[in-house]
Amino acid sequence: MHMPLEDKLGLNLLAANQHQAEHNRTHFDEWQLLCLNVMSSPGSGKTSLLERSLPSLSADLQMAVLEGDMTTQLDAERLEAVGIPVVAITTGRACHLDAAMVSGGLKLLRQRLDPAGLDLLWVENVGNLVCPAEFEVGEHRKVALLSVTEGEDKPLKYPVMFREADCVLITKIDLLPYLPVDIERIEEHIRAVNPRCVVIRVSATSGEGLEDWHTWLRQERALNLTAQQQVTCQPEALVAGGER
Amino acid sequence: MHEVDMTKCLLLSMSEWRQQHAPASPTVERVHLQVGAFTCVEPAQLVSTWRIAVNGSWLDGAELAIEIIPLLGRCLVCNSTYSPTPEQAYRSPCCDHPMEEIVSGRELRIRSVDYVLTATTPSPHIVNAVAS
Repeated sequence: MHMPLEDKLGLNLLAANQHQAEHNRTHFDEWQLLCLNVMSSPGSGKTSLLERSLPSLSADLQMAVLEGDMTTQLDAERLEAVGIPVVAITTGRACHLDAAMVSGGLKLLRQRLDPAGLDLLWVENVGNLVCPAEFEVGEHRKVALLSVTEGEDKPLKYPVMFREADCVLITKIDLLPYLPVDIERIEEHIRAVNPRCVVIRVSATSGEGLEDWHTWLRQERALNLTAQQQVTCQPEALVAGGER
Repeated sequence: MHEVDMTKCLLLSMSEWRQQHAPASPTVERVHLQVGAFTCVEPAQLVSTWRIAVNGSWLDGAELAIEIIPLLGRCLVCNSTYSPTPEQAYRSPCCDHPMEEIVSGRELRIRSVDYVLTATTPSPHIVNAVAS
C-alpha cells in the first residue's frame, strides 16, 4: 500500500510550447522587430494580402516571411516573387505551426540574413481556424483574416480564434456586391466575441482598406519598438532577456 | 486532430516536471487536467490520444482525468456573471453587452499529478546479484 503524493502544479498544458514561444520572442525583442502571426481558414486570402502589402511596406520596412504550409511550397514561391526573403516551413501532418517549428524556420532564415536588420517578421500560419489559436509561436500580435465569402457566423463558430486576435481583417470586400452577406453583421459577430480588437475591411484585389491596415501595422511596430527599447534600457531586464 | 499535438506537448511538459525529481523517479498514477470549455480541445479525443501516446513510455498506465471548466463571462455593465452561448452571440443576457471579460473557460492546465516517488532504479548488475 502506498499513498500517492500530489503535486499542485497549475502548469499550462502547453507549457513546453510556451517556453519555446517565449524563447523565440526573446530573440525577436533583441532584434527589435515586430513578429506577426497571420491566421485564417484556407483560402481567406493570407498570401494574396501579403503579396499586395509587402511591396507597399518594403519602401521603408525590412521584412521576412516564415511561411507555414502542410505539404507544398506554393505560397512561399508566390511571396519570394515579390522580392521578400521567405522560409517555407512544411508542417506535414500538423495543421498549425508551433513554436519549435518557427524556431527551426528562424535558424534557416539566419543562414540567409541577419534578423537584427528586420523591422517586421511575418509568420503565415497554416490555413485553419481552430488549432493555430492555441499554439503561440512567439508573436507580438495575432492577425486573423475572415473573408466575406465565409459567411456571417464564422466568428461565433470559431470564437477562440477571433477572441485571441489583436486585429481582424475582413477580406475580399470587393466581392460584396455579388454576395447575400451583411458585412455589418460579420463585424458585429467579431466584436461580440472580441470587443477590443481592431477590425479593418480590406480587398487585396481593389486595394480598398489597405492604407488603414498598413497604418495599423506601422503603429503597432512603433509601439512595440518603444516597449523593446525601454526594456533594453533596464539593466535587470537585460539579464532576464538574455539567451537561455 | 490537434489533440495529438496537444498530447505531445503535455508529455513534454510532464517530462519537464519529471526532471525536477531527478535522480528519483516518479511513478505517475493520474494526471489531473483542467480544460476550459472555451478552448480548441476536445476532452474525449485528448484521453484517447493520451492512452496511445503513453503506451510503453515512463507514463505507461497513468490515467488522464479531465475536469471541464465552464465558460463564464462577466457583464461589464451590471457586473453579473453569465454563461455565454453562441446562440446569443456570447453577449450578456442581462444587458446585451459583448463578451468583454472571460471569468473562466480558457484553462488548459495541469492542475495536479498523483504519483509515487521511487528511488533511482538499481543497475541490472545489482538486480541480478539480489536475484541470485
